[in-house]
Amino acid sequence: MTDRSSAAFVVFDHVQKSYDGETIVVTDLNLDIEKGEFVTMLGPSGSGKTTCLMMLAGFESATKGEIYIDGNSINNIPPHKRGIGMVFQNYALFPHMSVAENLAFPLEVRGINKAEREDKVDRALEMVRMAGFGGRRPAQLSGGQQQRVAVARSLVFDAELVLMDEPLGALDKNLREEMQYEIKHLHESLEMTVVYVTHDQGEALTMSDRIAVFDDGRIQQLDSPTKLYEEPATAFVAQFIGENNRLLGTIESRNGDSAVVAVEGTRIEAVAVNCGETGDRTQLSIRPERIAIGDSRDNVVPAVVRELIYHGDHIRCRLSVLGSDEFVVKVPNNVGARVPDVDEATEVSWDTSDCRALDSETVDQEQDSQ
Amino acid sequence: MATGHKSSSADIDLRALRRSMRRSQRRDNARSLLLIAPLLVFVLVTFAIPIFQMLTRSVDNSVVPETLPLTVEVIGSWEPADSADLPPEEVYRAFVADIQVAADARRHTVLGSRLNYEMPGIASKFRQLGRAVDDWDLEADGPFKDLLISENEAWADPVVWRTIRNYSGNYTTGYFANAVDYQLTEDGFEKRPEAESIYVMLFMRTIKMSLIITFTCFALGYPVAWLLANSSDRYANLMLILVLLPFWTSLLVRTSAWKVLLQNKGIINESLLSIGVINEPLPLMYNQFATIVAMTHILLPFMILPLYSVMKTIPPVHVRAAKSLGANGFTAFRRVYFPESTPGIGAGAILVFILAVGYYITPEIVGGRTGIFISNRIAYNISSSLNWGLAAALGTILLVAVLILYWIYDRIVGIDNMKLG
Repeated sequence: MTDRSSAAFVVFDHVQKSYDGETIVVTDLNLDIEKGEFVTMLGPSGSGKTTCLMMLAGFESATKGEIYIDGNSINNIPPHKRGIGMVFQNYALFPHMSVAENLAFPLEVRGINKAEREDKVDRALEMVRMAGFGGRRPAQLSGGQQQRVAVARSLVFDAELVLMDEPLGALDKNLREEMQYEIKHLHESLEMTVVYVTHDQGEALTMSDRIAVFDDGRIQQLDSPTKLYEEPATAFVAQFIGENNRLLGTIESRNGDSAVVAVEGTRIEAVAVNCGETGDRTQLSIRPERIAIGDSRDNVVPAVVRELIYHGDHIRCRLSVLGSDEFVVKVPNNVGARVPDVDEATEVSWDTSDCRALDSETVDQEQDSQ
Repeated sequence: MATGHKSSSADIDLRALRRSMRRSQRRDNARSLLLIAPLLVFVLVTFAIPIFQMLTRSVDNSVVPETLPLTVEVIGSWEPADSADLPPEEVYRAFVADIQVAADARRHTVLGSRLNYEMPGIASKFRQLGRAVDDWDLEADGPFKDLLISENEAWADPVVWRTIRNYSGNYTTGYFANAVDYQLTEDGFEKRPEAESIYVMLFMRTIKMSLIITFTCFALGYPVAWLLANSSDRYANLMLILVLLPFWTSLLVRTSAWKVLLQNKGIINESLLSIGVINEPLPLMYNQFATIVAMTHILLPFMILPLYSVMKTIPPVHVRAAKSLGANGFTAFRRVYFPESTPGIGAGAILVFILAVGYYITPEIVGGRTGIFISNRIAYNISSSLNWGLAAALGTILLVAVLILYWIYDRIVGIDNMKLG
């Protein structure tokens, strides 16, 4: 216990949370966050990610386990004494205060004198490129501007830890992308620790140092964005992050890291990641962009084209492969690339290293089932 | 070229467009007017017109010039030399002629009660005079000055004649003067003696007590509204029903219930006496305390409901945000929650205050002598003393006072900041 508490900046140590004493929202959470890290909690709604953030902020208390910041248990410290900056989902700017007053609020309650307050407020506004907006009311600002002010307010009192609860959820797509980069740059230049909650996997992939994928109150996988996408550890992660083709089969033989899986009578070689032993059911996961039409790769299986959707830079090709009608291949719209016709019988192929055998738990959840 | 052509054709089109638009709108307007016509007529006939007529009574004095047309004509030229000066013979003569005509139409008593407001006791003199003048002959008898004075000593009182002179116009400010404890005399307005002054004191008391009631409603209602707004729907609905429950019982029943509780032999006093906390009953009833308690109870929902509807719209995350920014519970409330709830406070306060200022039944039942409001006095003037002019003047002053307070409130708080729900 003591070892864990001194290990990292933020530590969740066997944390459990239940609201009603019947259902468990967060099950035995262990998470270490290093100083200066940008960690994202990603997951569908109801997966427990926001609850974790609220426990860290102090608005919910853990049913069991300890949370440490900088080596000190914070279980009994009220929210206003934790010194954590927080950006809320709908910004939570105070409508009766001007932008400058909103920013000065955390400084005022800390008893910082007026001159220093004004200085810090100006600097924070400049940081989010909102200098000159201090006199406005939040209602007079656009969504993106309110977002910037909310971020500035969470940073103005030099918090070492900043929590963000789906801060970009209310913005439209373009603005959301722009703000992603801005928050990332702020994080890089200020070097604070950020814990970010989102259900948008794109957001998580672009911004984070590490991502904790939540499902059912547990962290399914905690890894860098690259590893998470390239090497998903569970069927849930494979399905939740990015697009994924899945084929259900039975393990015929397993040899260390590799396995041979029978899908609809066809034997396919795969990397054994999170599957059982011979005879167990498994789910094969292959990314659409790792599949070629034709027989140029290791594993070749027959396919029938069902649908073509034009996407500009690529063509989404939906095929029937080994009993699955939802098998998607992205055909790049390159010079001279051959695009198959609908109903054409063809072949698809992929490398063994891109095919991962995972647990067979069927994931029916759509990625955007928020 | 193309644009020039376009704009000129657009001009012609615009005119036609406006015409047809007006025509179609006229039809729409007429239809919507038709829809609200029944209510409009109802409100106009039963509410707006009577109130306007009632308010005009506050300056109406036509009974004097209409009953005494000849007297009014000549009395104006009489300039009293000193306080003992009596009008000349021609005024007395005109007066007798007027009274003879009025007595035939039985209108001299109306005049008598009108002038009785200004000179208590004069009404009976007019009644006696009405009987006396019947036997007098305008040509043969006279001089009428002596005749009148021999008939009744009152007609030798110069005050009577000066009063008739003062109130000889069609309109008078006399009612308003009375309503603020002044008297219309020969030398303009004159303050009534302290013993006869009650109206200014009553106005002040009404406003002061209404403010107290507004404040107690706020102090009691704010936590309730907060609880309502921050409970789960199930409990909130139950509590809302409890808040609204008083609306389903008669006002009289609720006020009478307070009587049962507060009177000397009431539940509160009896219980306190029986456990020995007090030796004699506390004076809880028939005073300002009783009025404040009962009215606070009755007006409380009018404070809670607007507060609740505003608090319902304050996102709980705002208080969380304040706490995450380092404010403790009290500071978060004072700096964030409370300011955001002020539109509800404004709406509730103005509702309660305006209702309280015009309240009548509750002060009448539990207020006794010290706890009554100006409206009780207005009611007295309308139904008991029948001085409708004074009642109208008091009502007008009350209305104007409320409007002025409303205007001040608008300047300080802003009506736009008020939310009823």
